[in-house]
Amino acid sequence: MSLFLMQGISKRYGGVRALQDAQLAIEAGRIHAVLGENGAGKSTLIKIMAGVVTPDEGVMLLDGKPVSFASPAAANDAGIVCIFQELSLIPDLSVADNIAISNPPRRFGLIDRRAQRRMAEEALARAGAEDIHPLALVKDLSLSRRQMVEIAKALARKPRILILDEATSALTAADVTKIYAVLKRLRAEGLALLYISHRMHEITELADECTVFCNGRSVASYAAGTKTDNEVVELMIGREYSGVFPARTARAASTATARLELRRLCWTDKLDDISLQLHAGEVIGLGGLDGQGQRELLLALFGVLRGTSGEVLVDGKPVNITGPSVAKRAEIGMALIPEDRKTEGLMLPMSVRENLSFAALGRLSRWGIVDAAAERDAVARIVRLLAVRTDGTELAAGSLSGGNQQKLVIGKWLMMAPRIILLNDPTRGIDVGTKQEIYTLLRELAEAGAAILFYSTDYDELVGCCDRVLVMYDGAIKRELVGAQITERALISSALNIDADTRQAAAA
Amino acid sequence: MGRPSGAEANTLTALRSRIDPAIAAAFGCIVLLLLLGSLYSSSFLSPQYLLQQLKVASFLGVIATGAMIVILLGQIDLSVPWVVAVGGMMATAATGWGPLGQALAIPVGVACGVALGLVSGFGVAFLRLPSMIVTLAVNAIAQGLMVVHTGGFSPQDSSSPAMRFIATGHSLFGIPNALLVWAAVGGAAVFLLTRTTFGRTVYAIGNRERAAYLSGARTRGVVMAAFAIAGGLSAFGGVLLAGYASKAAQAMGDPYLLPAIAAVVLGGTAILGGRGSYLGTVAGVILITLLQSILSVMQMEEFGRHVIYGVVIIAMLLVYGRGRRHSD
Amino acid sequence: MSGDWPYRLREHRGTLLAFAAFMVMFAIYAANHPAGLNANVATTAANKGVLLAIVAMAQTLVVLTSGIDLSVGMVMVLANCLASGIVVGSPLMTALGVAGVLLTGCVCGAINGLIVIYGRLQPIVTTIATGSVYYGLALALRRVPGGDINAGLADALTGQLPGGVPASLALLLALVLIVWLPWRRAAIGRAAYALGSSETAAYMSGVPIRRAQFVAYMLAGLLASVAGLFVTCITYSGEASAANGSTYTLYSIAAVVLGGVSLFGGSGSAVGAIFGALMFRTIGDLLFVFNLDPLWQPLFQGVVLAAAVCLGSVRLLQVRNRLELYG
Repeated sequence: MSLFLMQGISKRYGGVRALQDAQLAIEAGRIHAVLGENGAGKSTLIKIMAGVVTPDEGVMLLDGKPVSFASPAAANDAGIVCIFQELSLIPDLSVADNIAISNPPRRFGLIDRRAQRRMAEEALARAGAEDIHPLALVKDLSLSRRQMVEIAKALARKPRILILDEATSALTAADVTKIYAVLKRLRAEGLALLYISHRMHEITELADECTVFCNGRSVASYAAGTKTDNEVVELMIGREYSGVFPARTARAASTATARLELRRLCWTDKLDDISLQLHAGEVIGLGGLDGQGQRELLLALFGVLRGTSGEVLVDGKPVNITGPSVAKRAEIGMALIPEDRKTEGLMLPMSVRENLSFAALGRLSRWGIVDAAAERDAVARIVRLLAVRTDGTELAAGSLSGGNQQKLVIGKWLMMAPRIILLNDPTRGIDVGTKQEIYTLLRELAEAGAAILFYSTDYDELVGCCDRVLVMYDGAIKRELVGAQITERALISSALNIDADTRQAAAA
Repeated sequence: MGRPSGAEANTLTALRSRIDPAIAAAFGCIVLLLLLGSLYSSSFLSPQYLLQQLKVASFLGVIATGAMIVILLGQIDLSVPWVVAVGGMMATAATGWGPLGQALAIPVGVACGVALGLVSGFGVAFLRLPSMIVTLAVNAIAQGLMVVHTGGFSPQDSSSPAMRFIATGHSLFGIPNALLVWAAVGGAAVFLLTRTTFGRTVYAIGNRERAAYLSGARTRGVVMAAFAIAGGLSAFGGVLLAGYASKAAQAMGDPYLLPAIAAVVLGGTAILGGRGSYLGTVAGVILITLLQSILSVMQMEEFGRHVIYGVVIIAMLLVYGRGRRHSD
Repeated sequence: MSGDWPYRLREHRGTLLAFAAFMVMFAIYAANHPAGLNANVATTAANKGVLLAIVAMAQTLVVLTSGIDLSVGMVMVLANCLASGIVVGSPLMTALGVAGVLLTGCVCGAINGLIVIYGRLQPIVTTIATGSVYYGLALALRRVPGGDINAGLADALTGQLPGGVPASLALLLALVLIVWLPWRRAAIGRAAYALGSSETAAYMSGVPIRRAQFVAYMLAGLLASVAGLFVTCITYSGEASAANGSTYTLYSIAAVVLGGVSLFGGSGSAVGAIFGALMFRTIGDLLFVFNLDPLWQPLFQGVVLAAAVCLGSVRLLQVRNRLELYG
């Protein structure tokens, strides 16, 4: 008998069917992976399991008995604990306070600090994070450490079923390996794990069973390893999966002055002596494991970081970029598509038009007064060019889908006709259809003469889009792959070989 | 199903958003108050009385304009009380400096307010300090300066003729000058907020400063300018008040801080910034002014006025100023 | 647990800084006071300081939840006017009167809390409006200044304990021990910190946000009424002074900031706010001590406040990634 069974689960939000007749079977002592595009129903599914929302139809069976959860607390009591993508940690409180936040041990009505600390230390150990001090304030910890604390917090509730929603996205490579070990140990202890991830290698590494969701339905359940990646992706997008990347034109090494050149760029301990050259018409990718300084490099170029040393040259002339307002000036012509479109790329309550025109407002106005007609035309042109699916341009940007929101962010910068385009993981959390459109767009922009530098956590993207890939490790560029050298194997092995090299050097 | 074309869709959205429930509610309450007032006194609805109300509202209106711009940024300006006083006192002081001083009285008063606003703006924009405490400190400094300036006594200088003219005079079919001044200030504010890059950036900063910064907007300059404008408008309000009373007075700005904030919020501007239209502020100012005058027409004792004032504000905000629930 | 000290220091950094700053200022004040630091001087200074400190404590509770209470001064005034009427007569009557005053404070705070929680209105506008209501009620009780208070109670609270220690300090200590510490160490206090630090994370972690907010506002009202009672003990009368009320409200915000409490919520301590209040009071008195023209006192106070506030921007120098500056 399955530990947990979902049958015929349906959920509607207004006119939208988030889930339709979904099925899921979870066994104790197994890791079950859930795959699917954004909007496929995965997050609704786990919200139902975790008691955050209630289903319209269908049954959930725990140990064969029907259950329903009115709140997350009820689900927790039943032994189902979920680690969401957005961290639920309180920054100003200590690790111990956070781990015991919902039900602290008490003595005489007050919180028993010593018992709480013991509880925290146990949970941290179980999560493989013994090195985190229970009294440390969460806001002083790195993102990766915080994710570990989040996992410890979930384990402290003694779950029978643990749900992880993109739980490894923020972890450093070392922590990811630790977490694999932890999850496998938990599996051996009899815990049931539900694992949602976009990363195929993780699924291969961990999963025993997989279920694919597409358009709100569970379209396939199979034992891990019995389907190829292509088959899985086809199930996810529900159509033929062909090479989605636009063809690259063979390029001879350019002898012209580099559009962008870096010489010995350093910043705190995150960026170490980086030198690179970016030519017009090139698409260069930043590879390597997550957290090696790729994001910081892009921010440094855009002028957001203080205390950088080294030289930056645009078209051969040294420049001093002190901030985004300087970077976007015509002589430099830089644009940055930031990491988080909702909080860094758009003003969600403002209209599509206002968001699109915001970066280029200076060009659309004279003496500080906005030329409404010019703005309207420019906005309409971009909406057409990028095929942004929206109900007119006066709608709030927040009402668009994730993919269309990202198009707004890109469109905003396209209005500036940028000559150097920096992108920070531009296709994260976006559906496959929009991803393809973005790849084609990048190639077209490069053909038109822009120099593109982008960071991606997706190996397929780096392989498919880039002319060159710079693999980073520990804040420095360790390897450059050119043209046909760029393969998934080469990318992974470069990232890992470096690990092996440094370990050997340390051992010597 | 045919989706409306781009242009049609835009018009629909625009229509829906134009009928802002907050502004509608505010104007509805104004009508209610007028009817209520007419029950107490037949002359309540007379044009002279209404014009008088609008004249009194103008002083608050000018001050509330500055308050609104700062609130749109997502900040707050608690320096209003003494910047208003600075404006009045400096303008009257300049009047006493001979004919040149008399001519420049109004600009001098406003300039002092702008200077104080720049200090606040610097603290918020460059030092990244919370505006609540920065403007509190500037308020304290302004008070300190005025105490030293007047020696602790009531200021004896009188206002210049120009000041008296714009505050108490009538022109143009008997419309009070103060009202014309407010209309001019309001018109400029509307233009600034809706048609300029400055205004667009103010709304952007109020919505999401980080995104505005990363889009290359000059956020620091805009914030400083906004506070400078607010300081200038507060001081200008003080100039008008001094013109109305023919002289300045200690603590003349104290009664204007909370009503200014209340007027802005009652007009539908979100206290957290990023949303609001000037029409709403106009409605809020008129509403507050009418409320205060009805309470005095009803010859309600002072305590009753304070209680009703507070209750009405809460009641109106409960009707349309509420935030979202977590489960939304 | 020897490795704990760095973390404990980090947790209480703001409070410790406020304490150190206050000690320095008080030392300068005491060393230069023309009459020397005798018991009477200390008691007068303590009374003024403790009054602001109590209001600052009230403000702290609300600020920690990332709210603000602009009605604390008016609750204090209301309590003052009420106390001048009912805290009189026999010991029993006096005790009942005190209970009545404290209850009124709780009710005022509770009203604030309910409107913020269930009305979902922003604290700043809510408390502006309720402050007006509370002031109106105070005015209704005392249209002109007057009234009295039980002399025994007043002397006890504003006088000296054996040894020359000001009794007001004992009152302050009692409030810290009875109200602040238990709240802070209880789950409901931690819930308030959680709410102020990150409301979404607190909600997702199942923290009782509403209860925490309600208790914080109610206790703030309670403390404000204690302050009002104390005012009556000092002045032996009740006066509905709007100027007083708004001054104390604004000064309480200054004290809270000086005490290392973050206006954004989630960090800081009422103990720090107490030192912030005492510091603020001492600044004003420093002028007197150095024989400077009292005309310059408000300006001096303002400049020192501005300077202290600017210290908060020292962290700017350490920031390497400008994105951290923009919320």
